[in-house]
Amino acid sequence: MTVKRKGWVAILGMTVALAASGCGSNTSNTDNGASNSNSNSNAANNSSTSPAPSGKTSEPVTIKFMQYTASGSQEETLQEMVKAFETANPDIKVKLDIVDYNNYYTKLNTQLASGDAPDVFEVGYENFVSYAAKNTLKDLTPIIAEDTSFKPEIYKGLAYDSFKYDGKQYGVVESFSDVVLFYNKDLFDQKQVAYPTADWTWKEELEAAQKLTDAKAGVWGTYSPIQFYEFYKTVAQNGGGIWGDDGKPTVNSKQNIEAFQWMLDKGGKYKVSPPLNDDTFNQPDADLNAFKSGKVAMLRAGIWNFGRFADASFKWDIALEPGNTNKAHHFFADGLVVAGKSKNAEAAWKFIKFMSSDPAVVSKRIEKGWSVPAVSDEKVMDAYFKQTPPESKKVVMDALETLVLTPVGPIPDKWSDLTKAIGDELEKAKLKPNYTAEQALNEAQKQVEKLMEK
Amino acid sequence: MVGQKRLSKAVVILGFLFPSLAGLLLFQLIPMLSSAVISFTDWDLLTKARFVGLDNYREALQDEQTLTSMLNILKYIAGYLPSVLALGLLFAVLLNRKLRGVQFYRIAIFIPVITSWVAVSIIWRWLLNGQSGLVNYVLSLVGVQGPVWLQDFFWAMPAIIAVSVWKDLGYVTIILLAGLQDISDDYYEAATIDGAGGFQKFWRVTLPLLTPSLFFVLVISLINGFQLFDQVLVMTNGGPAGSTSTLVQQIYENAFQSYKMGFASAQSWILFVIILIVTIIQQQLQKRWVTYDR
Repeated sequence: MTVKRKGWVAILGMTVALAASGCGSNTSNTDNGASNSNSNSNAANNSSTSPAPSGKTSEPVTIKFMQYTASGSQEETLQEMVKAFETANPDIKVKLDIVDYNNYYTKLNTQLASGDAPDVFEVGYENFVSYAAKNTLKDLTPIIAEDTSFKPEIYKGLAYDSFKYDGKQYGVVESFSDVVLFYNKDLFDQKQVAYPTADWTWKEELEAAQKLTDAKAGVWGTYSPIQFYEFYKTVAQNGGGIWGDDGKPTVNSKQNIEAFQWMLDKGGKYKVSPPLNDDTFNQPDADLNAFKSGKVAMLRAGIWNFGRFADASFKWDIALEPGNTNKAHHFFADGLVVAGKSKNAEAAWKFIKFMSSDPAVVSKRIEKGWSVPAVSDEKVMDAYFKQTPPESKKVVMDALETLVLTPVGPIPDKWSDLTKAIGDELEKAKLKPNYTAEQALNEAQKQVEKLMEK
Repeated sequence: MVGQKRLSKAVVILGFLFPSLAGLLLFQLIPMLSSAVISFTDWDLLTKARFVGLDNYREALQDEQTLTSMLNILKYIAGYLPSVLALGLLFAVLLNRKLRGVQFYRIAIFIPVITSWVAVSIIWRWLLNGQSGLVNYVLSLVGVQGPVWLQDFFWAMPAIIAVSVWKDLGYVTIILLAGLQDISDDYYEAATIDGAGGFQKFWRVTLPLLTPSLFFVLVISLINGFQLFDQVLVMTNGGPAGSTSTLVQQIYENAFQSYKMGFASAQSWILFVIILIVTIIQQQLQKRWVTYDR
């Protein structure tokens, strides 16, 4: 009864804002068509492939699984993985729903609100904390403790622990990625500049960038966007941070202002990056396209772009990011969690374990160039390192030694407000004449303090 | 007997009304009412809704972003409304003449209206690109260095106003054109006999008799202005740093990106009340300036 009533409210909720403000309905249901047909066809597959085992009398359970990382290019890979799971566990069926990232969290939240949530779903680390804090996930600690065949050591320690909240294990890391410095070897060779090394700092980066920049040819020495994610990493490279050890915001610390000034100066003062108000570079993916067409010599970019650059017309490689006083690298982890209200927690756990650590799944993930599995088995990872370019693929692992987690701080439930409050101020400093880095961060500090009071 | 007859008549009427009534109830009235209820809670989709009284409204009216977005809307309307009405009137009068190929011009001016806002916005974003856009190229031919329109704190809003006027002009023009053609020639003949010149005819005959159409266009344009959303979302996404953000966009972000359903519902109701008040004021004022000839 309560479930039904909640479903009703959720449907209303979805239509509420749209109806009340009368702004057309083209924003909401864009994903439904594609993903529904997807899950339907998959459900059909399931019923035909896995016959119930003769030994057991119990009805097969069906678990619903929703995720986004396969959307766009890896749907088939994921379907193969799911099929492999069903063959190994004939008493469990999986209903798969792949949703594109832009619509994923909206759909997930509506389903959670309506009580019709998937049993297992995928979350990124920064969102995981918010779901755990809102008590919407199932605590897997007791189930894991009972499962004698499960060994957490098979995962990379830090990646595994990132899905722990308040001492409880709520999920298991499935794959991870980080951000490193990509560089165009051909451009370095032309200008006879030495390739970046692990001990480079901002100073060396600037010197190299000044030699590499060729305004006439439209080639820029280095590029990194000015936005919130880049900001929290760059300040960490200068020994700063969004939060102090005592959990108070330190957005306008001296180190942060210095670091932000450096971000702005590359385009503004030194002119080794495009002008701050360059329209083209402010479009999504413009920096990646510019790198691929040989217009940027050094670019900070995610390792998920390896595939995109694989057929570039020049030689390229990766290196650790230059820092100032510290090294710091982005770290993003995707994990699988179980909905708090799921009635099939046991089956869900089996599925999570399989999807994150089964050798067949892990090697398929590598073979298809999908993402980096977070397992610590050297043999498995060898296959990953052997895939080139880039030659220095080990850098992906080296970067993990100096990672910065997404700074959710003491207000994980206000992550999107935090991102926006700081992001807006960064944009002001970037585009507004005479609005200094210091002014922007002072204002951002005030905004964050206000967020904490609420 | 009579009562029964009346009842069966009512059933028949309701039966015919049911299809449209059901849609209205299900997709308009019930969501509206439930949003009123939600606006008094702190519902975030995930945790249980708590009743918070007027907190959302209080917070919204003190919220800097909400206030900025209202201010932005006022700026927008201040630029958009006079331009679209004046230009619409101008083109309506021009297209009301017996020009050669007038049909073609009438169609041409209406084409932007039936084009999708998203497609139009994307194309204008290219045209207005600060470094490689056509607009700045044309300006450079006459020696003017154009700004980076959509990333400039001053120019972003005028750019959005200009694009909106360009797109909505056809609609306003067609409504006013219909209004013009509705004015009987008798009035003009009488005015001519009385010795009125062209300007006097326009000022004393055309304009007063056009006021019902003008009033309609004014109300519709104002409501559309308050609901400014599509073009902003695509062209600037509220940027730079919130300087073109609008109330509907705030509602959308709060509801579907931050999942603050209660807060977003309160904002929706605030918007509703604003539009309601403005429309009531207009209804009252129309007595003073709108002339109905019949």
